[in-house]
Amino acid sequence: MGEWMTVTDPDLSSENKNICQYTSETKMSPSSLYSQQVLCSSIPLSKNVHSFFSAFCTEENIEQSISYLDQELTTFGFPSLYEESKGKDTKRELNIVAVLNCMNELLVLQRKNLLAQENVETQNLKLGSDMDHLQNCYAKLKEQLETSRREMIGLQERDRQLQCKNRNLHQLLKNEKDEVQKLQNIIASRATQYNHDMKRKEREYNKLKERLHQLVMNKKDKKIAMEVLNYVGRADGKRGSWRTGKTEARNEDEMYKILLNDYEYRQKQILMENAELKKVLQQMKKEMISLLSPQKQKPRERADDSTGTVISDAEEDAGELSRESMWDLSCETVREQLTNSIRKQWRILKSHVEKLDNQVSKVHLEGFNDEDVISRQDHEQETEKLELEIQQCKEMIKTQQQLLQQQLATACDDDTTSLLRDCYLLEEKERLKEEWSLFKEQKKNFEKERRSFTEAAIRLGLEKTISIHYPLWVGFLLRKAFEEERASWLKQQFLNMTTFDHQNSENMKLFSAFSGSSDRDSLTVHSRPRQKKPHGVSNGSPVRTSKLTKSLPASPSTSDFCQTRSCASEHSSINVLNITPEETKPNPVGREGTNQKWSRASRPASQEGCYSGRSSTCTNSHVEKDDLP
Amino acid sequence: MPRGTRALIGCAMLPSSSLPAAEVAVAPVVPALTFAGPGSAAAMNFSEVFKLSSLLCKFSPDGKYLASCVQYRLVIRDVNTLQILQLYTCLDQIQHIEWSADSLFILCAMYKRGLVQVWSLEQPEWHCRIDEGSAGLVASCWSPDGRHILNTTEFHLRITVWSLCTKSVSYIKYPKACQQGITFTRDGRYMALAERRDCKDHVSVFVCSDWQLLRHFDTETQDLAGIEWAPNGCVLAVWDTCLEYKVLLYSLDGRLLSAYCAYEWSLGVKSVAWSPSSQFLAVGSYDGKVRILNHVTWKMITEFGHPATVNNPKIVVYKEAEKNPRLALGRLAFPPPRAAAGPASTTESKYEIASAPVSLQTLKPIADRANPKIGIGALAFSPDNYFLATRNDSVPNAVWIWDVQKLRLFVVLEQLSPVRSFQWDPQQPRLAICTGGGKVYLWSPAGCVSVQVPGEGDFQVLSLCWHFSGDSLALLSKDHFCLCFLETEERVGTAFGRPGDHT
Repeated sequence: MGEWMTVTDPDLSSENKNICQYTSETKMSPSSLYSQQVLCSSIPLSKNVHSFFSAFCTEENIEQSISYLDQELTTFGFPSLYEESKGKDTKRELNIVAVLNCMNELLVLQRKNLLAQENVETQNLKLGSDMDHLQNCYAKLKEQLETSRREMIGLQERDRQLQCKNRNLHQLLKNEKDEVQKLQNIIASRATQYNHDMKRKEREYNKLKERLHQLVMNKKDKKIAMEVLNYVGRADGKRGSWRTGKTEARNEDEMYKILLNDYEYRQKQILMENAELKKVLQQMKKEMISLLSPQKQKPRERADDSTGTVISDAEEDAGELSRESMWDLSCETVREQLTNSIRKQWRILKSHVEKLDNQVSKVHLEGFNDEDVISRQDHEQETEKLELEIQQCKEMIKTQQQLLQQQLATACDDDTTSLLRDCYLLEEKERLKEEWSLFKEQKKNFEKERRSFTEAAIRLGLEKTISIHYPLWVGFLLRKAFEEERASWLKQQFLNMTTFDHQNSENMKLFSAFSGSSDRDSLTVHSRPRQKKPHGVSNGSPVRTSKLTKSLPASPSTSDFCQTRSCASEHSSINVLNITPEETKPNPVGREGTNQKWSRASRPASQEGCYSGRSSTCTNSHVEKDDLP
Repeated sequence: MPRGTRALIGCAMLPSSSLPAAEVAVAPVVPALTFAGPGSAAAMNFSEVFKLSSLLCKFSPDGKYLASCVQYRLVIRDVNTLQILQLYTCLDQIQHIEWSADSLFILCAMYKRGLVQVWSLEQPEWHCRIDEGSAGLVASCWSPDGRHILNTTEFHLRITVWSLCTKSVSYIKYPKACQQGITFTRDGRYMALAERRDCKDHVSVFVCSDWQLLRHFDTETQDLAGIEWAPNGCVLAVWDTCLEYKVLLYSLDGRLLSAYCAYEWSLGVKSVAWSPSSQFLAVGSYDGKVRILNHVTWKMITEFGHPATVNNPKIVVYKEAEKNPRLALGRLAFPPPRAAAGPASTTESKYEIASAPVSLQTLKPIADRANPKIGIGALAFSPDNYFLATRNDSVPNAVWIWDVQKLRLFVVLEQLSPVRSFQWDPQQPRLAICTGGGKVYLWSPAGCVSVQVPGEGDFQVLSLCWHFSGDSLALLSKDHFCLCFLETEERVGTAFGRPGDHT
């Protein structure tokens, strides 16, 4: 058993085999050598093994080897190779069947083992590679770990250093702060000291100056003098006056005069400026009034909110304006009035502008189409329409292309059909020809017969009286009539047949020509009555119908139909003929009349609407509501 | 004696077709204001170069004379002919000259010797000498009537008011030593004086006619830095030292009209200018902004920042660019025959219109030194109130010109070197700029031009001053000065006795 294992274990790969064989060879006892050889026998293809095999069993040791094998096999649980002996002493016979069975079993086992071995080998390989991979991974991860550890250590170190630095900096900052505080204190003390010293020094200096002054001035310094040839006259030509209290007062007066002059000058300037500003204000007011007055009518007509009262005020002010001199005279009241009126006007203007702004924004929001101004919605509608048109055109082009292609295709078809038809015709012709020939032959026969008959009759008439041959004649005539009738019938039938064929072929041609667009055609055929139906009442808008008819070939699908309808409705809405979707449905006549009425009524409203800033649809619905009860 | 030098560069200001396009940069948007005289191309002509010392050269207020100093000599010339009318010799090197308002007298101050000498134009033999003796002298100026001289002694002990009419001498004590401590109203009636008494700032308003104290009030300033009357003489602007942003406005009668403070805890006001209409007060500060206060509420109506980059494409940025001299000479045959020879060595420049995002050259201020080069160091309204020119000291090469009507930036000029000074033409919106180089730059709403000052050697324009008519411009260098005439051709003929004889 152990040997078995030792042998099988290294026997994982074919490369190992030889090695292990050799090793086992060197190591094994003769008995084990057998087992080795037994095992080796399971490896069939190796020639070495054969040689081994031959070495295992020789002529001489057949018995031993058999017994050995038997032993071995029995130990492994195989049945004995020997036949069951009847007696102990009798020599046991080799049981060939058992041997063969054993061999077979061994072979099966071997095969299984080989399979298992292969599996194990592959698994081992897999595992080996997995192992390698894992080892690699492990190595990498280890490296990573190492590096990260190192990094971490580095970072920790840096952190520590930074913290250290930070601490130092904090310390430094603290020191600096202390220093600053100290210095500030020093500066403050120095400043006070300096000021103190300065004052002291200045006092000393002043004392010294005083002393010096006394010394220098009191010495009666002869040098301090002015030598002048002769005194010159004053610049103003006047004589100098003595200083008295009067002069002092005069100086004061003059000073105040100068100051007063300055203030007066400034006041004048301010007055002038004020006057200018007032003028500007007045002008502004005037212009504002003139600007606002034409628009006043409308808001008043509309009987709007507070503006009316303000306007009346403004007009009052305008009346006041005529007394222009007034604002030059009294200050306070006029100023107040002016500012008030300006403020009012300004408020009006502001509200007006705001209103305009609102309107503009409303127009932009609701997209009310003013007749003068192209609103955004108009634009959008227009663009939408145009886009639709483009779409339609594209589709048209597509369909046309398709048609063209199909026509080309059908042209080929035509050829074949014509060919086919030709075939038919040929057949028919042939048949016809045949019949014709038949007919001709018959005719000829008839002719012949008739001739013979006439000849015979002549001969008979010549020979006998006519009355005798009457029945024959009659019979002949009858027969001829019958024949003719029959021929005509045949002819008719033939003609019928050919016409029918022709009709058929024509139908086919038609079918093939329209085969591509058959659905379209059918749709148009379908849509036509559908559209027509609601407008059985002649009241329907002509615009739309015309549009519809026009759009018929261009708009193949129902969705397109809807689009055209919407287009038409747009168109009509532009024409202020308001067509709501309801209208497309068959309406009762009375309702139609009201519709027309309100649509007509909405016309001036829409014109007004630009001012009120409402959309026409709004007003329309409003009016409609009014009309309904 | 005086010889007119026809300018090497005669340069028309208007964009006439005869000009080389590179010469005049024309603003794409030309407002209603025209640059030069109607229809005529103004030519620039330069006078001969005259000697000068200490940049002392002044036109008389009536525009007839030109006073200049050479060491201790005072030379009075006729503005038109440049002929010397008078030559006065002072006792020492002149350090300061000033015309009296009526153009009859001129004072020359010699601070080192504490001396002031006054000369009369009408009577050359008349003379006056004022000696401040041991008290010393640091400043001297005329009173607006032209008959009194105010001398500030050393250490600002006092101001002595000397009269030329009487023997009377007045003293004003406690004047404050500051940036601008004395200001006269434009009508010459009042003088405001900053004072310092008992460690407090005061302002005294004097009546100039008899030097009577009209008002005396203390100001709410830490350390007053300057005072200036509004052109209408009714409002006095008082600003505090740069350590604190504070602008105070006082009425003539001493009432505080308003106090304005844009921000705290930072360097404050650096420069202040009234608009000629007294309508606006422009306050330039160390934060690089100009704030415009209005005269009604005295509140800020707008703030003009001076960023280093100009992003708005509407703003025209003129950039001065060097030009190939030979190429320029070939093209600069205008006026053709007379302006032929010139120093080819000097590089000429032209203005180019820079496209929209322009970054200007900025100067990094040195933090640890006093008087940092930041903030609005100079600002001036044009005489017609339409424009305001400013200079940001941290962007030293640029001049910003603001449209006061629209209260927005109008034009930026960027020079190749730092702008030393600029001054508006007293008659029209025309700005003259000098950068200490050999060129003078003119801007008007119509365009912008860079003109090389002709002459042997380098003429470095350190300062300039306009004639009140706006027809001529005195250009001052360290040792010389010359006049630049901006006139039409007809005027040139009369201006120069012998126009072409120099070349």
